[in-house]
Amino acid sequence: MRNVCVVGVGMSQWGEVWKKSLRQLFVDAALDAINNAGVDRLDSLYVGCMSSGLFVGQEHIGALMADYLGMRGLPAARVESACASGGIAVRQAFIEVASGISDIVMASGVEKMTDCSGGEATFALATAADQEYEVFNGATFPGLYAMMAHAHMHKYGTTRDMLSAVAVKNHRNGAKNPVAQYPFEIKLEQVAKSVMIADPLHILDCSPITDGAAAVIVASEEVAKKLGKPYIRITGSGAATDSLQLAQREDMTAIKAATIASERALKMAGKTIKDVQFAEVHDCFTIAELAVLESIGVYEPGQAGAATLAGETALDGKFPVNSSGGLKSKGHPVGATGAAQIVEVYKQLTGQAENGRQIPGSPKIGMAQNMGGSGASATVHIMEVA
Amino acid sequence: MTMFSSRNWREYPQRYRLEASKFKKSGKTYFPPRTIDPETGDAEFETVKLPDTGKIVTYTVIRIAPDQWTDEAPYALAVVELTDGTRLMGQITDCDPEKVKIGMEVRVEFRRIQSEGHHGVISYGYKFVPKWY
Repeated sequence: MRNVCVVGVGMSQWGEVWKKSLRQLFVDAALDAINNAGVDRLDSLYVGCMSSGLFVGQEHIGALMADYLGMRGLPAARVESACASGGIAVRQAFIEVASGISDIVMASGVEKMTDCSGGEATFALATAADQEYEVFNGATFPGLYAMMAHAHMHKYGTTRDMLSAVAVKNHRNGAKNPVAQYPFEIKLEQVAKSVMIADPLHILDCSPITDGAAAVIVASEEVAKKLGKPYIRITGSGAATDSLQLAQREDMTAIKAATIASERALKMAGKTIKDVQFAEVHDCFTIAELAVLESIGVYEPGQAGAATLAGETALDGKFPVNSSGGLKSKGHPVGATGAAQIVEVYKQLTGQAENGRQIPGSPKIGMAQNMGGSGASATVHIMEVA
Repeated sequence: MTMFSSRNWREYPQRYRLEASKFKKSGKTYFPPRTIDPETGDAEFETVKLPDTGKIVTYTVIRIAPDQWTDEAPYALAVVELTDGTRLMGQITDCDPEKVKIGMEVRVEFRRIQSEGHHGVISYGYKFVPKWY
């Protein structure tokens, strides 16, 4: 296996982007990444996308995106693992470059979520849960994470303020991110006062519906050196799955797929979680960030809430989490999120984070953790300064 | 999405009668039934009927509901552990959703779940009722 690097990254506009179509969002992010990397070709393309078929009625988007990027003939495929689609796209690109089959691969993610009604979007998102035994009985996505939150509060005494602290911290970071959908700060007490979606989760515990795309150029180290620009090594890639049904998980307060994926990624990188200096994690709901931090071993089970409330995961804390603003503030175009996390880790490691969002102390090792559904699939990538 | 009748009646044994698969090697019971034991890879199982009482292990109250249930919101949804240890998800009904708690004892009842699609197929299944109601 040869060394694999990220040589350039790109983002489209994120938010309710009425003027841009699914394909244009992708093209914007892809061109941004190509220009950022300075590459003159691609050998193949992966497009992470959860549900273009249900959101806009369009499947077969690997070929569509290659065509609209002006690269007809390029090998291209869409990959899907619900909200982990972007992370899986990065992993597939990593594998393809590591194997030596390709030298320069684009890993991207895109989702266009506002060209349909709220009910249709809710339905599309719920297809990541078990249709026959969760959704059939009235489950929603916030509902599934709400059940995890109640279980976590019951088992560990996690409090309302601990959940709120995740949203407050991520909005504080997102306020400094030029692509964030909701780039403003919120106060702790606002979260509990916002409308209840599924007890105990309020609207300010939830990530939003977002249009957006992200793209990452993954290349061999030989190519990276020739480009003569800053590049970052991907030293570990892990993925894992679990039961789609929440009821069948061993422990509803943890994300076992994230545990296994992070162990695999760390093992490949020859590192432990203690070597990792910061992370982008999948905070689709506030409880998700706490459960993931405990599942990947940053904190002992039940300890992430108090640590978050104490500021340990803030930008200037001892383990900064979601410097981008996370899904909560930056937005969550589901298939794009995993790729966008890699964009943020790349920016942090190359010192290119905008507007005072740079993590102090020039970190050398970062992690991106992305997951699908209520945690039935997960990917983790370890990235290091070359 | 239209609920085709075949998709509905295919699930009758488990939704109407709580049929599950119990694997010979591990002795584990899975609901809904499956043909391969995820723990051992064993494909030898017998069909068993689940007990009809249990307790709530976690829950939520859905206040923003999918289209089929907007008239019924708020409603409580829970993961229930039956007396044999099997866990399944369903709605808690016939009680004030604000009073649902972890640890509450419930019994399984056969109920109308939803009617969806252009053909108006009515789907039945299980809901849970707190024991003292």
